[in-house]
Amino acid sequence: MDTTLERALLDQLLLRQQVEQFYNAEAELLDSRQFNAWLDLLAEDIRYWMPVTINKESGKWDEERTREGKDLNWFDEGKFELEQRVRQIETGLHWAEEPISRTSHMFSNLQIMDNSCTLATRCRFLIYRNRGETETDFFVGKRHDTLRRDGSGFKIAARQIFLDQSVLLAKNLTLFF
Amino acid sequence: MLPDSEGGNNISLSILSQGRGKMENAASQQYARGLVDTDNGLISRDIFVVDNIYRDELERIFPRSWLFVAHESQIPENGDYILGRMAEESVIVNRDRDGKLHVFLNNCRHRGMRVCRYDKGNTRKFMCPFHAWVFSDQGDLIGVPKLETGYHNELDKSEWGLIEARVYSYRGFIFACWDEETPELEEYLGDLRFYFDDYCELPDGSYGDWEAFGGIFKWRVPCNWKFGAENFGGDYYHNPSHASVDQVILSPAGVRGRHTYDAVTRERELWKLNVLTKEGHNARGELFKDIYEYVPTYREMAVVEDYFRDCYRIRQKKLGDKSRWYGHGGTIFPNVSYSNGVQSMGSWHPSGPHETEIWRIFLAPKDAPDEVKDVLRHYVIRYQGPSGLTEQDDMENWGSAHEGARGTIARRHAYHYGMGLGHEQRSWPAEWLGGDIYASEDVSEQNQRAYYARWARMMDVPPGSSRQPVLVKTAD
Ligand code: FES
Ligand SMILES: [Fe+2]
Repeated sequence: MDTTLERALLDQLLLRQQVEQFYNAEAELLDSRQFNAWLDLLAEDIRYWMPVTINKESGKWDEERTREGKDLNWFDEGKFELEQRVRQIETGLHWAEEPISRTSHMFSNLQIMDNSCTLATRCRFLIYRNRGETETDFFVGKRHDTLRRDGSGFKIAARQIFLDQSVLLAKNLTLFF
Repeated sequence: MLPDSEGGNNISLSILSQGRGKMENAASQQYARGLVDTDNGLISRDIFVVDNIYRDELERIFPRSWLFVAHESQIPENGDYILGRMAEESVIVNRDRDGKLHVFLNNCRHRGMRVCRYDKGNTRKFMCPFHAWVFSDQGDLIGVPKLETGYHNELDKSEWGLIEARVYSYRGFIFACWDEETPELEEYLGDLRFYFDDYCELPDGSYGDWEAFGGIFKWRVPCNWKFGAENFGGDYYHNPSHASVDQVILSPAGVRGRHTYDAVTRERELWKLNVLTKEGHNARGELFKDIYEYVPTYREMAVVEDYFRDCYRIRQKKLGDKSRWYGHGGTIFPNVSYSNGVQSMGSWHPSGPHETEIWRIFLAPKDAPDEVKDVLRHYVIRYQGPSGLTEQDDMENWGSAHEGARGTIARRHAYHYGMGLGHEQRSWPAEWLGGDIYASEDVSEQNQRAYYARWARMMDVPPGSSRQPVLVKTAD
């Protein structure tokens, strides 16, 4: 094989490996409830967005999601707001998370779409949540991230979360995606 | 005794005595003074969990009540439609080609398939996918395949249009009702009108255009639909459950606390009031003891601060003494709740006795600067709904209270709704709050008692009864 091609392929694999490790570590932090360490992975100017899904006819799928910055969204916030969510859990009085949930964050189908000054990634997520005795939810959808290089790792500069539900089938969204 | 029924009691007693003979099967319960003993502040847990009672509610409460279905700004153009929901059933709310509002059961007259399968859009007709009957945006059946060869022209299309509800748009908020006997919405609201009007006013005290943000929050909570309704109707007592959110920064004022007004009212003397109406609707809010100057609130956001300061002055000038009322929210019987401040409007849709599907929209003044809309939008998303720091804990309460109503042993013991019994004050602390309202300060369960008294009165009237189940006027 042509060595330049080989080099390019190896670079891709290395990058993929780095990104996968980053996401594995991130999931580990969330699932072990190290929320402050998780916040450290977020850029100061992160946009964290999860739209509401609307049932629309063929040809109008571009209207299937509510708009960021304009409409109602399940989430449309930055780091300060996410920090408040963590603070609230830390009070030990946030009854929706006290006792706290058990979560397992999984991701797959990783694609690295753009690798210039920032990285654009896409993946599917599957989060299992169980709480108390029988409370159980599955959250499944797509996650589009913008990652910024940061030393040997990354910071998450934007996260778009597309949950595959229109009526939310869980009673709350106290978890992080 | 529940004060709101001083006049109504006589009527409900006579309803009971007339009604008893008609109750043939064991499933017929006596609700007023039976399962719902508001005179003693005791309410059976059965009303939240028993299947028969739930089925009675679907017949006796929802079809006879005005239910909120949409806001006009969600369907601004002729031909626009949006799906709404009335109790368990899907409805189409639309503005027809001539601009007239309609609410149709989203249900084909032939075999019941949904004729509209999209959450919103614009159309002149609804075609059923099953056998392709076509209905116009005015509800008429306008197309039937094989009308000649199949039906031999023996189908009278004019008899088979979409099932249509009564519609009334109250200051832009669209309500619908299935029952012809139910009074007009304005009469139905009764003394709540002062409070709901206050909610409908823009921040400057005028009636202008509110605009709903795009999208509807729809989500499912494992509890009976009445838990949310009674909570929004007036339950200041549950404040301790919000201790966690009060320790973080949620208010757009950028200070600790969850309400914008936390920053405002700290220095003011006021009555925090629960208000019940004899119709069983509830409101809550604050009545300032004096006419106070505006308190700077949005210090870091000049445009927002200017907007609300101007509105405050204009409102005070316009409303005078009545500007002392600062509404927090309320519940329109049976399942419609509104919140001031975050300006939300929504419904507790029954989805079986053990589940509620909550629908909620949020609005902003249409002509407000974008900065103001943006602040309001961020605030509501973080306050209410499944991602809302506040309502997350509410839902935990309701779900757990519901579970607590299910057990065999637990159900032998009524819930206590007795707080403040007998301490309600009529037409107080200001007469203009309503001649027939009763108010209690700070915490009281008077609102819940009035709500369930109304519920019981309606539940005691079986379908098909010639008696009027909705007591709007007291018999004095
Ligand atoms: S069910 Fe609609 S046409 Fe048959
Ligand atoms: Fe609450």
